[in-house]
Amino acid sequence: MANNLGLTVKPITGISPEEEARIAAWIDSPEYREKNFARQALVVNPVHACQPLGAELCAHGFEGTLPFVHGSQGCASYYRSTLNRHFREPAAAVCSAMTEDGAVFGGQANLHEGLENAYALYKPKMISIFTSCMPEIIGDDLTAFLKNARAKGVIPQDFPLPFANTPSFNGTHVTGYDAMLLAILQTLTAGKRVEDRCTGKLNFIAGFDTNTGNYREYKRIFEAFRIPYTFLADISESFDSPLDGTYRPYPGGTPLDEAADAVNGKATLTVGPHATQKTFAWVKDSFAGKHASLPMPMGVARTDAFMLKLAELSGHPVPESIKAERGRAVDAMTDAHQYMHGKKFAVYGDPDLLLGYVSLLLEMGATPHHILVSKGSKKLEKELQALLDASPYGKGAKIYLNKDLWHLRSLLVTDRVDGVLGDTHGKFAARDARVPLFRFGFPIFDRVNRHRFPIVGYAGVVHMVTEICNKLIELRDDTDDDRHFEMMR
Amino acid sequence: MRQIAIYGKGGIGKSTTTQNTVAGLASLGKKVMIVGCDPKADSTRLILHAKAQATVMDLVRERGTVEDLEIADVMKTGYGEVKCVESGGPEPGVGCAGRGVITAINFLEENGAYTPDLDFVFYDVLGDVVCGGFAMPIRENKAEEIYIVVSGEMMAMYAANNIARGILKYAATGRVRLAGLICNSRNTDREAELIEALAKRLGTQMIHFVPRDNQVQRAELRRMTVIEYSAQHKQADEYRQLARKIADNKMLVVPKPLQMEELEELLMEYGIIADEDEAVVGVAEAACPA
Repeated sequence: MANNLGLTVKPITGISPEEEARIAAWIDSPEYREKNFARQALVVNPVHACQPLGAELCAHGFEGTLPFVHGSQGCASYYRSTLNRHFREPAAAVCSAMTEDGAVFGGQANLHEGLENAYALYKPKMISIFTSCMPEIIGDDLTAFLKNARAKGVIPQDFPLPFANTPSFNGTHVTGYDAMLLAILQTLTAGKRVEDRCTGKLNFIAGFDTNTGNYREYKRIFEAFRIPYTFLADISESFDSPLDGTYRPYPGGTPLDEAADAVNGKATLTVGPHATQKTFAWVKDSFAGKHASLPMPMGVARTDAFMLKLAELSGHPVPESIKAERGRAVDAMTDAHQYMHGKKFAVYGDPDLLLGYVSLLLEMGATPHHILVSKGSKKLEKELQALLDASPYGKGAKIYLNKDLWHLRSLLVTDRVDGVLGDTHGKFAARDARVPLFRFGFPIFDRVNRHRFPIVGYAGVVHMVTEICNKLIELRDDTDDDRHFEMMR
Repeated sequence: MRQIAIYGKGGIGKSTTTQNTVAGLASLGKKVMIVGCDPKADSTRLILHAKAQATVMDLVRERGTVEDLEIADVMKTGYGEVKCVESGGPEPGVGCAGRGVITAINFLEENGAYTPDLDFVFYDVLGDVVCGGFAMPIRENKAEEIYIVVSGEMMAMYAANNIARGILKYAATGRVRLAGLICNSRNTDREAELIEALAKRLGTQMIHFVPRDNQVQRAELRRMTVIEYSAQHKQADEYRQLARKIADNKMLVVPKPLQMEELEELLMEYGIIADEDEAVVGVAEAACPA
């Protein structure tokens, strides 16, 4: 056997090429798929990351905020590198660097020393603390540790120190996002509620959203409506700041005093009902004004609902410019529909995103044939099923809860689709099944600038439909023989 | 709602004392929940007349996730409408029992087990505060009163003092306080006096002296509390008294744990150990001159 350089190398296993070919064919078979779906104890290539990753993303969304991982260093590196591979921006965060002694004696000493250093060196306005697995297993009591830190003078008495318990062994990055956002809002708004005060603003919560284009799209819509707003956890500048030669350790985020005053807002709207479940439940009890929870505005129907809700909450009518945008989006969909109509897709990702994919595909007359989610709730399943039942194109679609991307591979090779909507992690399964993968989720490690293009609002509809259809057309151009290679498509 | 944690040396009779006291409170018309925080899961058997209740962690093991659990799966109601939950945990020698306690209590909180109609929640916690997990019941917004079960035996007193050290640590940042020592008698010499003296040194009280009586064992053989098995027996009276004293107790203190020397002095004073003679330390019996 020869390697890339043409040198002879000894095979490392005794498996013959014939046997390899047999196994390669076998794992594409329905028989293997059955065995794969019977699998219980093992997860291969899961569709979710861990809680602290979501917590860190949320912390980056506030002005002058230093994300602080209480736990071990390798964990902290994982969240940071995942975020900077996706955004291709630095994700500045610190860690209490617990080691063997911390595991035995508890992490208080590490936490205190870390806080003291971070406060002195990086001069943050807030430090948001969240945990990796180790302090959660040994039962570190952060409430007590932080009280002690203030009592010892490690951190000034009035310095904001929200903390969230985010053990990776339950929930997902979405759960961690929710826990951190709740802790930050609880800390900042404590004692700030003023009877009869109204900021006149809309508090807007996007949920776990790593598309900076989405944030800019939401803002553009609010400005068109002339709605004053407070974006709760605004990561758009933090992960998409201009390259002008100046390094800013805290490039963006929601101003802290604005976030604190959000408790006196005119209304609060979340478009991540699954990603902000606990936060929103608390907001309903604690924030002034109206409260509303809508699905992520993906596809025309959900964007319509979003616009109407904005009109209702603000008392401003839907602007003519937005109505025109809607018309153009419907036109773009009509122009594109023949390339997507009747096509089958597989979709996987976070709950809020998944509902958006399914909604848009059905609007285009495409079938979301395989819908796969890890750690999905019964509630999510019901919502997805309701979407499928309401459309003739939902027929035959199947929902797979608590499954991974190795399950997806079996689905793709035994029950074929025309495309997959997801994130970078699905590229191996898509390659094996020779179907195109459309990267709209998180993380995207292998394409550039994807996170700058919105997938929400009417602009998002145009963008997604254009991406998908053009790729499908391109595939025909690439594969058609000369006789069928046409000028027009 | 008053939340109370019971600690004490392993084998001292925490679970028996807790269940009999809870039965006493229930017979006084109080609404009580017991949360067993011990992987052995024997904190509720006398109330439920069961060999072992299905624990939170048993069901987590079976279903692979805590998210699929519901309160009704793990909460049973026994004698006197006492609600019972066991955290459970791993087999001896594997995994992390402390995390089991954290998981179980978080689950109960998130799923609304702490209903406002409850007068008392009792946490029956494994032997010692060995790690962060077993301190979960005394974290902020949980138990604020701790009773330590103790006897006149030397090791039980060492353990009680050790537990007081743990409480001191948590009392510095939270509202948790030592509420008293419960002496579960082993018929050692001058036992009541000795525990009274220890309580005084710790800055607390001996809230009750529970005499030793085989009626407790007879009741246990039928998986019952004495209160239920023989309500008229004098031992049932003792537990009712203890229950009443706990219900009326207002003495919550930050304990002052003893140094080792002080504790040994106390034991010497009551003749539990002899005065130290450095000449005989480490000398075997046979080699001792006289």
